[in-house]
Formats: sequence, structure tokens, C-alpha cells
Amino acid sequence: MTAKPQPLTGHHFINGDIACAEGAIAAGCSFFAGYPITPSTEIAERLAQRLPQVGGRFIQMEDELGSMAAVLGASWAGVRAMTATSGPGFTLMMENIGLAVMTETPCVVVDVQRGSPSTGLPTLVGQSDVMQAKWGSHGDYEIVAYSPGSCQEMFDLTLKAFNTAERLRIPVIVLADEVVGHMTERVVIPEASAIVWEHRKRPPTPGNGLRPFATGADLVPPMPLAGEGYRIHVTGLTHDERGYPSTSAEDHERLVRRLSDKVSLRAAEITEYEESFVDDAEVVVLAYGCVSRSARRAVREARERGIKAGFLRPITLWPFPGERVRALAQQAKAFVCAELNLGQVAREMERFTSKPVIRVNHAGGELLAPAPILAAIEGASRW
Amino acid sequence: MVGELIVKTHPLDDALRADRLPHIWCPGCGIGTVMDCFVRAMKASDTPLDKHICVSGIGCTGRVAGYLALDSFHTTHGRAIPFATGMKLANPELEVTVLSGDGDLFAIGGNHFLHAARRNMDINVFCVNNFNYGMTGGQAGPTTPRGSFSTTTPAGNVDDPFNLPHLAAALGAVYVARWTSLHVRQVEKSMARALQKKGFTFVEILAPCPIGYGKSNDIGEGLDELELYKRHCIIDDGAPLESLQIDLTQDAPITLGNFVDIERRPYGSPLREEA
Repeated sequence: MTAKPQPLTGHHFINGDIACAEGAIAAGCSFFAGYPITPSTEIAERLAQRLPQVGGRFIQMEDELGSMAAVLGASWAGVRAMTATSGPGFTLMMENIGLAVMTETPCVVVDVQRGSPSTGLPTLVGQSDVMQAKWGSHGDYEIVAYSPGSCQEMFDLTLKAFNTAERLRIPVIVLADEVVGHMTERVVIPEASAIVWEHRKRPPTPGNGLRPFATGADLVPPMPLAGEGYRIHVTGLTHDERGYPSTSAEDHERLVRRLSDKVSLRAAEITEYEESFVDDAEVVVLAYGCVSRSARRAVREARERGIKAGFLRPITLWPFPGERVRALAQQAKAFVCAELNLGQVAREMERFTSKPVIRVNHAGGELLAPAPILAAIEGASRW
Repeated sequence: MVGELIVKTHPLDDALRADRLPHIWCPGCGIGTVMDCFVRAMKASDTPLDKHICVSGIGCTGRVAGYLALDSFHTTHGRAIPFATGMKLANPELEVTVLSGDGDLFAIGGNHFLHAARRNMDINVFCVNNFNYGMTGGQAGPTTPRGSFSTTTPAGNVDDPFNLPHLAAALGAVYVARWTSLHVRQVEKSMARALQKKGFTFVEILAPCPIGYGKSNDIGEGLDELELYKRHCIIDDGAPLESLQIDLTQDAPITLGNFVDIERRPYGSPLREEA
């Protein structure tokens, strides 16, 4: 592993994509493989410049299928590795995100969302990859996806994504959007000494009888690296604790259950959200990413008008803070969910509350303004 | 001299996962022979086995990785080359070899082959070409000769196949060879040479697939396909690359040899000495 690179400590006025790239550098990322795609390209461009400065490698691949595969190969060689993309590329990466889940390969995937489906609106904002982030690759698995709402969080959550990926040996998604990626704000980058790195668990020195996919109670196996002498086999096939392919239904159940449990049993530890004005809230507005900025203002304006409105912003979209929604539903008479898609997270909220969830949606292309959210709060307050 | 046990283990056991045998390949299949050649070439190389990495994709040949007692990675269909690329870049000390089949490397994974060769990525790609998709039961693929029968070309294949050595050479591979699984010494030597070279190397090994290909094309058993190679193969290192097209349905020669062995700046080497 390379020596700890110096982060760009200090106060900076930079866009979210650049902040994301600097978050990766601060996290010790030393490998990026990617393919240019709007609106994430600035992350690749920045890392093409920065990684060589810290002894890392940047490679522009032929497509996103290859980018994701290269990230996994690099991770198994022992480095912190990432890619960045947008909707169409994210779709292609689903293939090897599944392999990362199955082979427990730590890595970070940044998706700067744009208007979708298909080529959609390459240069304009959207938030319609939320369900793709959760369900995009085939099979049962749990994922961690962070939702940055500011340039500062593009830095902070990219850094955090690496730590979560390394700790749990999973792919972690940073589910950003075009507005947060392209807007410019103040970003404060801490001193290197204040940045905490979590490392993948390592096995004892090579010797006889390592069962590379055997785990203890924490359900996360220690990770040998390629070329260290462990002579392990790693496969996307269902495998036993030795890493050997198996067609046994029992092995399959055990493996898929463990891969899922290692995330879902930690849901409370991983889940993060921000909230304000919720103590007496009768209407709780849930919004994330760029839309959370409009929603925060709408809630403030509602309060000024005497409406008991509250604000809930998931920082992790996956695991979703559903238990918090359930708790707030005890007192709230209605929820408002504002998002730049046709109701992906509103649908998830409805799994945790029987109270009405009023949807403020736009398919994407421009940021939701505070006004329609405020109107929805006013409507909900009269329920 | 009678029955004295002189060896208790197979000489290649230290590089094979004996606890995973028997393998899944059909009787008469050529992949096991190729695996044997690969192990011998690795053992003869200057790189210790601990630093040899085998990456494979999906398919019958993709299963080789699982039988090697190396750090071995059985990845997704078509993506062995970019996986190997990431691994090699992250740790240049590793000797990374992709061993996979013709469908995996040249249909679903074709684009990655083009770009890894163009970049002169310092990895080896060894392709077992059995002219069909064997694991899924004998469908036509990008190397199936024109006119060949398969479960998806019941009236005969209307596609022209790849001429793989020509393709690899055109893309700038620094070493290109083709043999059959009958030519075990040559396969081993070619692999050894590829392991020795810096840059992108390519070895194609034609191998019988009696179940997937032989049966539907009246070639017979694996041995019969080897006999067919024996009858038709000519060795000509200097053969024009465009003449290397294979047509098993005609009485045409199959040209084998070490066609390319050149030097070219590998990926990632400094553009200038001071860089």
C-alpha cells in the first residue's frame, strides 16, 4: 500500500465533482478507471491530474463495463479503487457491481445523476437512479448509497464511502446529481491527521488452510491480496468458504444470506440522516441531494407561515432511514416527498408509514424550486 | 524392472488444486492439455508461482482459473482483460495472464481485447479456440468457421469468423502465435516466450470440442479432431497474416506458428527518460 497522500487541506471554492475527486485523494484512493460521461467527467479529469501526484494510477477505459472490471482488479491488487459515471454508464457497471458484491471487493462508484431514462438529458439534473442503485444488478444484495447535498458532502461522503467499502468489503455508491456535481461552493478539507482511514481486514500471513471466505461473527472475511502467496481462488460463481465453486443450494443460501446480512444487520450503524424542526412536526418533508436544498427553504417558509413543518434528509438512501420515517409517522399527519423522479423514494417511504405521502415530482431537467414543495406542505397541513 | 512407485504426486500438483479434481471438461476436450502447458510454462518462468495471476472470464476455458493453485480470478463474461488490466496497473510486480475462450474474449469481450492490445498493456492473453460456445451446448460464435453447423446455425454458419492472429498483430500485440492442443511442446514454448515478454502477448490454441463442435460437424471424437489438425496443419512462422483464416469445413490448410515477436513501448512506460 502506498504512503498516505497529502489531502488538499484548507478552504476551497470548488465544484462538487472536484470536491468528490479530492475526497477520493483524501481517502487514499490510488486507482481510477473510467469513461468520460457528462456530468461526472470533471471527476475523471481531476483525478487524471491528481492521482499521478500521489503515486496513483489513472486509466481511461474503453467503456464502463471495462472500467468497473478494472476497478475490481485493482482492488484485489491491494489499492483503494474507484470510478465515476452517470446513468447510462451506471447501467453498464451493474454487471461488475454484482461481481463486487459476490466476491466482496471493496470499491467506490460515483454516479452523478442526470435526466433519464436512456441518454435522456446528459447535461441536466435528475435523481432517477435511486432504485437502480439498489436493484440494478441481478440477484439479492444490499448496498450502501450516500446522497450528497452539497459540495462539502461530495468531499465528505466520498471519503466516507471508501471507509465503508473497506470495512465491509462491498461496493459503495455515491449517488450524486448534476446540480451538486456542477455547483461551486466552499469546501473545507481537514488536515491529513484529522482524516481517518478504515482498512480492510487482513488475514494472518500466508500458510496452510486459509479459508478465504470464512468469517466470524462480523460476517466480513479478511481479504488476502493477489500476489501475496495465499493462492486463493475468487469467483463470481456461488462458492464455499474455500472460495471454490459450489452448486449446493445450502452453500448458495448461506452465501447470499451472509452477503446481505453483513449490510442489513448493520443498517442502524450505517444509516445517516439530517433533520430539523421535526420535534412538533405535523408535516414532514423528505428530500435528498440537490432537492433537499429547496425543501429546506420550503420548510423554513412554512414555519414562517405558522405551519408545523419538519425536514428529513436521508444522507444514506441505502440503507434507507425507514425506521426514522416510521417514528416520525407517530406524530406527523402527512409526509411530503420531493424528488427529481416520478416517485422512487416516496414509494420506499410508503413501506414505513400508512400516513399520506404527498409527492412533489419532476422528471428532471431542472431543480425543483421551493414553491411547489411549499404548496404541498400547505396542502398537507390542511389534512 | 517392475512396478516401483517412483513418484507419489503429479509433477504439477504444486500448481494445481488437486482437491478440485476431477475437472468438469468432457472426454476429448483440449482445455486440460492447454492448462498443463500453461502450468509448465509458468513453472519454467523466472517469476515465482506466487506472483503469477490467472484471470479468466466465463465458459469452459474460464474454468481453468479454478483448477490452478495460484491467485486466480474467475470474473464476469468478457471482462477478464479489463480486470487483469486494473490488477496489473495497481501492482506491476504481478505476471498477469488471461486464459479464456474464443467466445468470451472475442464476442462479448472483443472490445477489451482491441484496447488492451492497442495500449500494449503488459498482460498475456491465451485463448483456447474450440470454434463454439461449449458450456452452453454448442452454439456458433465469433470463430465458428463459415458453413459449420451448430445449435444456432442449423443450416450452416453464414458469418465469417475472426482471423485471430491477424487481428492481434494488426492491433500491435508484441507476440502472436497459434498452435493446436496437439502441439504441446510448441504451446508451452510459446506461452513461456509470452510470459517473458513485456507488453501485450497473444497465443491462440485450437482445441477439440467433441461434444459442442465435433458432433454437429461430423468430426467425431476429440482424437478425430486432433487427427484432423495433424492432417491439415502446416507450420509457417512467416505466413502472411491475412492467410491465417481457418476453414475446417474445407480441405484447407491450418497455418500455425510464431507469427509476431517484436518490441513496442509497453503501456505506462515514461514518454521521456526524465519523466
